Amino acid sequence: MRPRLLVTGAATRIDGPLLFLRRTLKVGLNHAVSVQGGDGRVRLGRIAALDDEFLTIELLEASAGLALADTVVCFTLEPLHFGLSPGVLGRVFDGVGRVIDGGPPIAIDRNFRIDGLPLNPVARARPHDFIETGISAVDLMNSLVRGQKLPIFSGGGLPHDRLAVQIANHARLRGAGAQDFAIVFAGIGVPRASADYFRRSFEASGVLERAALFLNLASDSSTQRLLTPRFALTAAEYLAFVEGKHVLVILTDMTNYCEALREVSGAKGDVPGRKGFPGYLYSDLATLYERAGCVHGLPGTLTQLSILTMPSDDIGHPIPDLTGYITEGQIVLSRELDRAGIYPPIGVLPSLSRLMKDGIGKGATYADHPTLSSQLYASYARAVQARVLSSVVGEEGLLDIDRKYLAFGASFEQDLVQQTSARTLEDSMEIGWRLLRGLPKSELARLSDAQIAQYIER
Amino acid sequence: MSIARISWISGPVLRARAQGPFRLREAVRVGERGLLGEVIRMQGDEIVAQVYEDTTGLHPGVEVTGTGSLLGITLGPALLGRIFDGLLRPLAGASTHHVEPGVRAEVPLEFDFTPRLRPGESILGGAVFGEAVNQSGIRQVCLIPPDAAGEVATIQAAGRYADDLPVCTLRAADGTHRDIAMSHFWPVREPRPVAQWLPSDEPLITGQRVLDSLFPVALGGKAAIPGGFGTGKTMLLEVLAKSCSADVIVYVGCGERGNEMAGVLDEFPRLADPRTGHPLMERTVIIANTSNMPVAAREASIYSAVTVAEYFRDQGLHVALLADSTSRWAEALREVSVRFGELPSEGGYPPYLSSRIAEFYERAAKAKTLAGSTGSVTVLASISPPSGDFSEPVTSHTKRQVRSFWALDVKRAQSRFYPAINPLQSYSEDSLDLGGWWGKIYADLVPDGDAPTNEWSELRRRFLTLLDEQARLERMARIIGKDALPARQQLILFCAELVNEGFLRQSAFSETDRYCGPQRQARIMRSITRFIAAAEVALAKGVSCEAITAMQIVRRLERMGEDIAEDDVQAFADLSLRMESEFADLVALTGAKREA
Repeated sequence: MRPRLLVTGAATRIDGPLLFLRRTLKVGLNHAVSVQGGDGRVRLGRIAALDDEFLTIELLEASAGLALADTVVCFTLEPLHFGLSPGVLGRVFDGVGRVIDGGPPIAIDRNFRIDGLPLNPVARARPHDFIETGISAVDLMNSLVRGQKLPIFSGGGLPHDRLAVQIANHARLRGAGAQDFAIVFAGIGVPRASADYFRRSFEASGVLERAALFLNLASDSSTQRLLTPRFALTAAEYLAFVEGKHVLVILTDMTNYCEALREVSGAKGDVPGRKGFPGYLYSDLATLYERAGCVHGLPGTLTQLSILTMPSDDIGHPIPDLTGYITEGQIVLSRELDRAGIYPPIGVLPSLSRLMKDGIGKGATYADHPTLSSQLYASYARAVQARVLSSVVGEEGLLDIDRKYLAFGASFEQDLVQQTSARTLEDSMEIGWRLLRGLPKSELARLSDAQIAQYIER
Repeated sequence: MSIARISWISGPVLRARAQGPFRLREAVRVGERGLLGEVIRMQGDEIVAQVYEDTTGLHPGVEVTGTGSLLGITLGPALLGRIFDGLLRPLAGASTHHVEPGVRAEVPLEFDFTPRLRPGESILGGAVFGEAVNQSGIRQVCLIPPDAAGEVATIQAAGRYADDLPVCTLRAADGTHRDIAMSHFWPVREPRPVAQWLPSDEPLITGQRVLDSLFPVALGGKAAIPGGFGTGKTMLLEVLAKSCSADVIVYVGCGERGNEMAGVLDEFPRLADPRTGHPLMERTVIIANTSNMPVAAREASIYSAVTVAEYFRDQGLHVALLADSTSRWAEALREVSVRFGELPSEGGYPPYLSSRIAEFYERAAKAKTLAGSTGSVTVLASISPPSGDFSEPVTSHTKRQVRSFWALDVKRAQSRFYPAINPLQSYSEDSLDLGGWWGKIYADLVPDGDAPTNEWSELRRRFLTLLDEQARLERMARIIGKDALPARQQLILFCAELVNEGFLRQSAFSETDRYCGPQRQARIMRSITRFIAAAEVALAKGVSCEAITAMQIVRRLERMGEDIAEDDVQAFADLSLRMESEFADLVALTGAKREA
């Protein structure tokens, strides 16, 4: 058992999530505490500041119900840890790592600090294994590789949950079985219905037994949301780098996480930055997103697929904006496509996968994959431009060539982006070449003469 | 050494009661693990320090020890080809996969040393006193620290020595002795002195057409690369690190992604430097402070990097400092400033943001070194403006400091048009000083009878005007429709598109096109210009715009970058002939039709 020290009656002040105590013990910064009020409830916290006389505890759960006199603080003399063993798979936890599926607590092999330590860039191996998700707009246009962090930028009411489940169920290396991945799911402030949807979907596809679920529901403490992704990522790192599994982490919804951070930072009196979020939002998000990757000499990998809903669909909002600066690309869902009934409604133009170049091409997928995707991007961008023009001046005001692009854009969305069942990469590529055949050869400047001869003129 | 004891701590900032003198900006060690920190404020017997590592577990009473010197780094032959953290501590060779806080045991490295001086010679600071061969066999000069001078009392014979052991002793004018090792210490926040600043009339060649030919940066110049996320800042910096014409690359990943650093570390040892054939890694120093590493060290990493760059400049080398990204550095400045309770100014940044940015960019220059040679530091730094808005404080303050501004554009990036540099928002003040250099490149090509004098400046101006015109006409087309534009204007739109596709776009993944030398840039620029001129003539002779856009030659011009190899002069000559004959046929055909 870890050393624990109880202190009663030292509390001098409670201010929002902050609890001030007279310092009677030698405890250090960031050490974990649990605070029990007269109501018997236990709340987690950590030591945020210390001076000669006092220490400040930042409570990570609601402080309502605490009193100065009868509050008991239990010091652990170390930062918050999470005890783990392979038994985490197939289990459901609450937002702070307590089992809530009615089963017995998990056996503990080792304890890990939930904050993790930054991976040494030298120890990181460059991620390059192409993951087939079965979705053309991802596989062909924005390929995901093992060890990447690729969030889904969505909006309220868009089918991001369905897409995430679909990717989790189907994700595999080419030619390998779907059993490849262990799943760690963290629901951060999600509605019960959404959490149930994930649980049921995983159950139905048999993924649940190789998944660990961490649920902080919308009704749970909002400050606890700061801990949920950290517990989940600690479990994921354990599974990947100790147990040697390929782990896919789904964090949803990162917007709720950021809201919670804003709430706590506001209560602490931090100087607010853009839209009231604290200035350290970037660094804080980085401590989560950066916990993905591959490590030299270790068999496991950690891939992150976080979901965030963009407030009022604004990609310039600080949450998606800072996320995009940290993650290796983003899959952006488009309300326009969704309204047009296209599923998955992936807005191809604003989407990006930064690590795609390392996972595709000669020796990985196909030598022509990079050029095909690049040409499709160029042509589709031109089609969207033509569409804007035609919406102003009408189709009659367009040149002939622009009308061809209009048709290309429509079939790109209908035939390539839209899909009802999973496609292999070969199928996706075939559709891509077929679409390009609809444009004049002179428009395909990114294809080489050989590619035109082989795929367009045949 | 002075000692202080912590009286208050929160996050990376601590206050401590000092027992003994401390200096402002002095480096300190904190606690048993010896965490590195820096004194940033003093009041009475209390010091305020920022700690560059994770402060978990520290508490009041813990000892803070002064090191007696300002926050600084050790510069020597051990830098090239290696990767360091923000305070220049080696990252390779650690026993765990994680970056653990605290003092790391550093293995002293040994190098072959050859003296270049004899006892009794008098010498000034910054001079060369010997040579060292580094681990990859590269010969580097060893410098006397700029703040030392005197007469050589002793100097070791050629042999193998650890880089931190004295190999030379100087006797100063006042009779004191000073030991000199192959490596020496220098405070990061203090610019290294030079003999004389020099103006620059020579470009840093990047191998990117849009940069070299349209928005060049001079050796010793300063360029900023602002762009929203996903516009290809990092990709562009990596391309520059691979192909630019500097002798030494200092790459600082400041608050960026760990996987990117892993990518560079994976790729650079395998790629060859196009100029020397040696692995690229051998000319590179990487400083990595990834976004999840402690914030305070992110602030210091930029200074470490520029100090390393100056050190190589002082050896008479041309250095490119690639910084990704200065916004993260400014944010670190803001984060630490807020912890001290400083009053925030614009955007929450501290009021001294603008002067810090100015100080940083001022360290870029071409100079005559103290040792008498010529060296330069060229700074190429990315900016990550929130929501891609260039009016935010970091971008706008930087804009006043840099001479080249390479604005990245979301629209271009979204259609995978790389490098996604927006030619209308970008500029280069250096272009005025570089006309002479480019003039020689053009003059050395096969002479072109119609070529204007100052050919480069003239073609550059024409391209920029054309692109400007395109933007104007496109706005108009949005009102009246494209087909309502007169043929001449439709041709302008078409030619501007050709400049975009054939000249500005350059694929980093194409074997042929990832690097484009100045001669090839000139040939491509000329070919496109000739096409435009011929097309205008043809249009005047009655050829329709559709007929011109349907010409076979267009596709060849669009793909010159990828299809014509670096020194394939013949291909350009053939292209030119083909262009002439196609135009001649077209004009003849039109004439025949009209007569019929």
